[in-house]
Amino acid sequence: MLTNFFYCLKSFGVPVTIREHLDLLAAIRAGVTFADQEEFYYLARTVLVKDEKHFDKFDKAIAAFMSGLDSIEGLIEALIPDDWLRSEFIKQLSEEDKAKMDSLGGLDELIEQFKKRLEEQKKRHAGGSKWIGTGGTSPFGHGGFHPSGIRVGGEGQHNRAVKVWEKREFRNLDDSTELGRRNVKLALRRLRKFAREGAADQLDLEDTIHSTARNAGLLDIKMVPEKRNAVKVLIFFDVGGSMNSHVEICEQLFSAARLEFKHLEYFYFHNFIYESVWKDNHRRHNERFPIQDIFNKYGRDYKVIFVGDASMSPWELAYPGGSVEHNNAESGEVWMGRVMEAYDHVAWLNPVEQRYWDYTQSIGIVREYLEDKMFPLTLKGLEQATKWLAH
Amino acid sequence: MKFQSTDKYIATEELKLAVNAAQTLQRPLLIKGEPGTGKTMLAEEIARSLGMTLIQWHIKSTTKAHQGLYEYDAVSRLRDSQLGGEKVNDIANYINKGKLWEAFDADQQVVLLIDEIDKADIEFPNDLLQELDKMEFFIYETGKTIKAKHRPMIVITSNNEKELPDAFLRRCFFHFINFPDRQTMRDIIAVHYTDITAELVNDALEIFFEIRDIPGLKKRPSTSELIDWLKLLLSDDIPDDILKDRDQRKAIPPLYGALLKNEQDVHLLERLAFMHRRETKK
Repeated sequence: MLTNFFYCLKSFGVPVTIREHLDLLAAIRAGVTFADQEEFYYLARTVLVKDEKHFDKFDKAIAAFMSGLDSIEGLIEALIPDDWLRSEFIKQLSEEDKAKMDSLGGLDELIEQFKKRLEEQKKRHAGGSKWIGTGGTSPFGHGGFHPSGIRVGGEGQHNRAVKVWEKREFRNLDDSTELGRRNVKLALRRLRKFAREGAADQLDLEDTIHSTARNAGLLDIKMVPEKRNAVKVLIFFDVGGSMNSHVEICEQLFSAARLEFKHLEYFYFHNFIYESVWKDNHRRHNERFPIQDIFNKYGRDYKVIFVGDASMSPWELAYPGGSVEHNNAESGEVWMGRVMEAYDHVAWLNPVEQRYWDYTQSIGIVREYLEDKMFPLTLKGLEQATKWLAH
Repeated sequence: MKFQSTDKYIATEELKLAVNAAQTLQRPLLIKGEPGTGKTMLAEEIARSLGMTLIQWHIKSTTKAHQGLYEYDAVSRLRDSQLGGEKVNDIANYINKGKLWEAFDADQQVVLLIDEIDKADIEFPNDLLQELDKMEFFIYETGKTIKAKHRPMIVITSNNEKELPDAFLRRCFFHFINFPDRQTMRDIIAVHYTDITAELVNDALEIFFEIRDIPGLKKRPSTSELIDWLKLLLSDDIPDDILKDRDQRKAIPPLYGALLKNEQDVHLLERLAFMHRRETKK
């Protein structure tokens, strides 16, 4: 029952689970709503969607579902010819075609573009020069005239025997370098350290027995504070410039870290660390926090994580006045040295793929500053980093 | 029995449906929404409308999940043991019931409100999974299992200060209280103030929504603030036309303290009013 609906939601990126789907079926069976589209919509939303940030996706999905399955199946399960993924496809192209395809950024780019347009366009379409549909001169569609076009659908319009577009999504999930928020959380969890802290509100049985015995049997209660996750983390994020392409992964890391640590402080910097950092990107020029104050405020027990690509010109690191933003009196090297002195556990997470590290001189230099405690921002790297930080 | 709007609370269609679905399938209902849109009040009104008792469990940052189940008062037992009373032989005398136990133990179905669950530690919701799912828990000290006589209707509110874990969310139904539109707002005002003139409501709403639309406000006024503000306007015997006056309207509204709770917001409004006056002079 309603299986199509379930997969339709999933295909629009609404995080639904089987348990919730069964709940929905149970609710319908219990007669909470009956034959009323609007009520069904509210019921399904209440049962299936657990965060208002997914409401929009849910709305789109249900609109597609309600307006008939035709449009979704035509597009979401858009049929891509098999040979399209194969190298034969390239071979079939004439030299001229290949040149034109390159003008669009190559095959991968074309696939990406296709995906994007599929996202933008949720309705059937015919003619025109941009949207996916029949006829026309857009690179996507069929029966059209574009040399590097992706043929959607083929002759039999809903011929399901061919590859389903959605299947490409799974390839990403298989990839072990993919950092989901849940994975990040699990990796960060290694950093947990339980310690007794705060108000003494638990009975310490052992100590009570000892001190009562010493007290000649007269009760002497001893209390201890409760154990909590006491790890303290300072994170510095590189923002702007070359980091723009890594924003998503940093967001994931940040949101996971925020959930995981009670004592988490975060600051931003640009390219490299100098005398001050900031907390609010909109007010970065007015509201800055001197590093020295940070040393004073957050003690040695804090674990420090830098997140940045460490890709810049070497003089930004080594010389006074090297910063791209302001005239720094002391070089980045000096400031990094102070950080290393102030804290025992410092790690640098780099979103740049590790195999490219050697091609950028500054990455090598930063690694030296950090005594080689630089880790790639992948799940494996994160695990290594937390292992080092937790020891 | 179905949940309906009461004489004090206006429930939208979607809210009614969410409550009824949660009640039918006996799942906890998680309520989110802007502060001041009546999340906590909802639980009270569900209890009233369905004729059930309301048990409230207000969460603080120090609240632990087990405090909702029971607490074993070892200290007073130790003390009593020194005095040698009869009571000390039964450990059950030193087990104090928590709110959840109270709700499980009730002879009739009750409404249990877990208020502001996001205030607690991040582990708090996870520690309650089993209890909310099976509606039972185990007491280690006495070896007894407490099972709900009637599964309570559980309402949970959150202000989004922390994200809740997925495993917890899967077990709940969810409703987001949207900010009421004008018509709903009128209905809400009508249940609070029966003798208010339509004109005052119109003018006040005009200003209210105008203020809400100002970009950059730190805390946008919400329903509860509007209700407070109207109360002040009514009780203060302000001349009827003060809200109407064209010039006045662009300036700070009278008794703004009820609407804006933050000095930056008041400054922002003052600046806007000033800029507007300057423009009109030109």
